[in-house]
Amino acid sequence: MIGRRQKWDQQAYYRGIPTAPFDLVKEVAIAVVVMLGVVLVLSAILSSPDVPPVTIQGWARHDPVDFVQTATAELQGATLSSSYGPPYNGGSGSVQSLGPLAPQSWAGVHQPVNAAVTDVLAPLRIGSLGDPGLGSALHQFEVASPAQQAAWSSRYAKALGDAHVVNAQVVVPHRVAGPMGTMMQGLLTMARRGALDALLVRSSHFYQTDYTRPLLFIGDSAYLADLATQRNLLGSQWGMMNETGRYPGQAWLWLYTFWYQIPPYNTASNADLLVVLTMGLLTTLLLLVPFIPGLRDIPRWVPIYRLIWREHYRYSRPPDRQGP
Amino acid sequence: MLDAETNSAGPPEEQTSFAQEAKRSWTLRLRKYILRELPPEHLLPDNEPAYVGSWVYVFGVITIAALAWVIISGVILSFFGPQWWQVSPQGHFVNSTHFWSVQMFFIFMVLHLWGQFFAAGWRDGRAATWMIGLVVFLVSLVTAFTGYLSQQNFASQWIALNAKDGVNSTGAGAFFNVLNFGQMYGLHILLFPVMVTGLVVLHIVWVRRRGVVKPLEPGIAS
Repeated sequence: MIGRRQKWDQQAYYRGIPTAPFDLVKEVAIAVVVMLGVVLVLSAILSSPDVPPVTIQGWARHDPVDFVQTATAELQGATLSSSYGPPYNGGSGSVQSLGPLAPQSWAGVHQPVNAAVTDVLAPLRIGSLGDPGLGSALHQFEVASPAQQAAWSSRYAKALGDAHVVNAQVVVPHRVAGPMGTMMQGLLTMARRGALDALLVRSSHFYQTDYTRPLLFIGDSAYLADLATQRNLLGSQWGMMNETGRYPGQAWLWLYTFWYQIPPYNTASNADLLVVLTMGLLTTLLLLVPFIPGLRDIPRWVPIYRLIWREHYRYSRPPDRQGP
Repeated sequence: MLDAETNSAGPPEEQTSFAQEAKRSWTLRLRKYILRELPPEHLLPDNEPAYVGSWVYVFGVITIAALAWVIISGVILSFFGPQWWQVSPQGHFVNSTHFWSVQMFFIFMVLHLWGQFFAAGWRDGRAATWMIGLVVFLVSLVTAFTGYLSQQNFASQWIALNAKDGVNSTGAGAFFNVLNFGQMYGLHILLFPVMVTGLVVLHIVWVRRRGVVKPLEPGIAS
């Protein structure tokens, strides 16, 4: 190996090795032109994935019962996002750690989301303007004790198990006391009109590009998971490595996604942190492979190099398979 | 070319002073360093060792060619804006060229990576070249990931909602919010492409500085 301080002499390095004319610029130019042709042909024939995004409006129209069930669960604090933990709130439902290593908790809350207020109560406050019936129901709910609120929500959630849809309204089979029915029907109407898509991205600024709140809300639904299942996108189906349709996805994430398919990762509550740490370790090993005895010798043990330099070996002394 | 050390005029004492001043010139030192480390015949060689004729050396060049079209199609997409590729056939076609050039970029970059691994391309003082190349691969992963989040379609939503748990588990979710389209799009079209391009240039310069590593021969340690 050439020492750090030793002056590099390319002529000395290549001494005795036959050379051949080589036009680097021409090779690059040809590659660029050929690549353009390949990309144009693939684009013209195969196009690219373009499954439209899910909107809250579409969700409320296609599966109103699931929408109302999810909104009710947000009010109860029973969804993934409502009890998630950092960076969204102070919950602990999705907080991962490994022994004393708890970077998620250390980082703290940075995109505050109170699902009950954000997804249900705040939109209803706006929706009840000009709707006395909805305003009255919302007022009744908000001035009630937490225990009363929980009781109403719980009874309504239970009744939703037998709900059906009549004239775009979610109807529960028996009358449930309290304001929940009016509130949820009001929220459903707002969602079906598209108002909730806009309300959940609103902020104190005119411009908005942050979809954290609506995405978390949609992510709590069974509707989105059902669509993902139909398109083979679940974590157990190699998840985000896949793409919709028959298009290649992020195939380069195969190893990252692979760990989620096998024990102990696929049953661990801190699987994400375990996978990230595993990949971090493997990546570091690959990065430092030139300095790690054993790893750096693998190419000598696997005779792929004989294929790579087949012509070279044909005209020079054939390499034997000695170790380093 | 004017060289301050050899092209001064005037009396001898003035020439000496001029030469001493030139020795302290940062510009001259940088120029000499560049010419010493990367002379033009190394940067743009017109001949190479005969073993460079192997097919494995083509993968790197094809990767660069694909990167060129990734950048060109990406610039067009960013010029017309996010709505364009969703609502117009022209925009969708350019989006398709971006999609497929990214696929080509990764296919050939991975082939190049494994080709260099099995050739032990880090030998003879080329560890930095290997490491820069691997960092290119890692930054490219993040760049592609933010690109998938920027598509504004169903896959973007699903990938974001799944990826958030991995990102949040490390604490990075505090400043890298995969659900924030504006942040992901900004990173995808500016910071990460600049990083990938800069690192690729650095990688190429390092390759040209040392030249292509010799074929593996028995009895020489990696």
